[in-house]
Amino acid sequence: ENTDPQRIAFLLCKQWTLYSVTPLYRFSNAHLKNYSRLLTAFVAAERQKGWAVEVGVELDIKVAISSLPDLKGSDQDHAAILVQLFSRSPASQKNSEEKLIWSGWFCCVCGDEFFENMPEDFTCLPLFLTNGAESYTAIVGSWFQKTFDCCFHRLAISPLNLSWMAAMWTECKVDKTASAVELIFSVPGLLQPLDILYAIHPEDAKALWDTVQKTPGEITQEEVDIFMDCLYSHFHRHFKIRLSAAKLVKVSTAIASAHCDGIIKFLQSQYLIGVLKLLTELAISQIQ
Amino acid sequence: HLATSLPLPSERDHLRPRIDLIAFMIDIKSKYSLRNVEASLAYVDASFFLGKVCFLVTGVGRMKYCSIEMSAIWKLREAYSSPVLFCELELEGIRVATAQRLLRMLEICAGLLPGVSALYFGSLMSSSANY
Repeated sequence: ENTDPQRIAFLLCKQWTLYSVTPLYRFSNAHLKNYSRLLTAFVAAERQKGWAVEVGVELDIKVAISSLPDLKGSDQDHAAILVQLFSRSPASQKNSEEKLIWSGWFCCVCGDEFFENMPEDFTCLPLFLTNGAESYTAIVGSWFQKTFDCCFHRLAISPLNLSWMAAMWTECKVDKTASAVELIFSVPGLLQPLDILYAIHPEDAKALWDTVQKTPGEITQEEVDIFMDCLYSHFHRHFKIRLSAAKLVKVSTAIASAHCDGIIKFLQSQYLIGVLKLLTELAISQIQ
Repeated sequence: HLATSLPLPSERDHLRPRIDLIAFMIDIKSKYSLRNVEASLAYVDASFFLGKVCFLVTGVGRMKYCSIEMSAIWKLREAYSSPVLFCELELEGIRVATAQRLLRMLEICAGLLPGVSALYFGSLMSSSANY
């Protein structure tokens, strides 16, 4: 669990869109360079067909696929696989810098229980996270689907799961300069939905959670319910608005932030694996 | 008769017809609706729980907006020995079918079906639900 903070620093403070992926057939770590070449050619071909993001701009796109051996939960997990798309303008000189235009990574954290009886030819990396233009996500996704016979689905996060995240992330110890715990609710309005932002001082939130939680390190649904009910009734007392009837759409703490459309941002490397473990679980339950 | 919570206002008690069936509606997207139903249950006379109460859970077409744990619903079913119906109000076919089911239950609870009492029907529903 000791991940080198520098190597995964590039994963932090970026917005990642979440997908669940079914197991990949005949994927091998030994052929990553091959896959890079094949995907580079595929991207070039798709762009010729007219999938280009920027019209009229000549771009050379190169794909790099690598392994992130530290990004896993247990020994049985397959190491995370990182896919990066770099662009280099051919008009400039040969030594021009390559610009990262799209990243995506497959990972599995503590997914071994669910994939126990998986036949050998299958690689289980149920969580896929992307950052960059949607058109590139579609191209990369369709190549993986064709090559490894897998399926991608957007991973939505229900309000129930968001409240779990709020409780779990409030539990984590943070320093004094930590940002507030923010909950964003959407209320259907007459003309358009109304958004309510409920910000709680992190120390107050942690103090409340400490009175609710019975066993440190263990969280039950009942404790999450009590925690959320306390926050709702506090809000109702002051503003006469019932947040329990509204839809929780986003949770943001010093650890991470999550949106119900399946968008996540990791803010601290220390808790990255913990958050990935929860997301892996959500991805697996969507596949099953 | 439609009410947002119980108890019903006492002013109109003398004008109100006999109540044969109480259907508690819980919207899966709203935690508040569950809490409201739980609070309202306290105002229901015990005799209603012999087959004259049911729980109607709506919004099940979109589980990704779910704010309520399923175990909370099962707890209600166990604690009050009353059946749980699921439906999605936004789909006309399901809405109509659910309305027909409720009407049928209402007929039985009102004693309009000879030979079938509310209690007998309730016990039939609960034994088929235990899977």
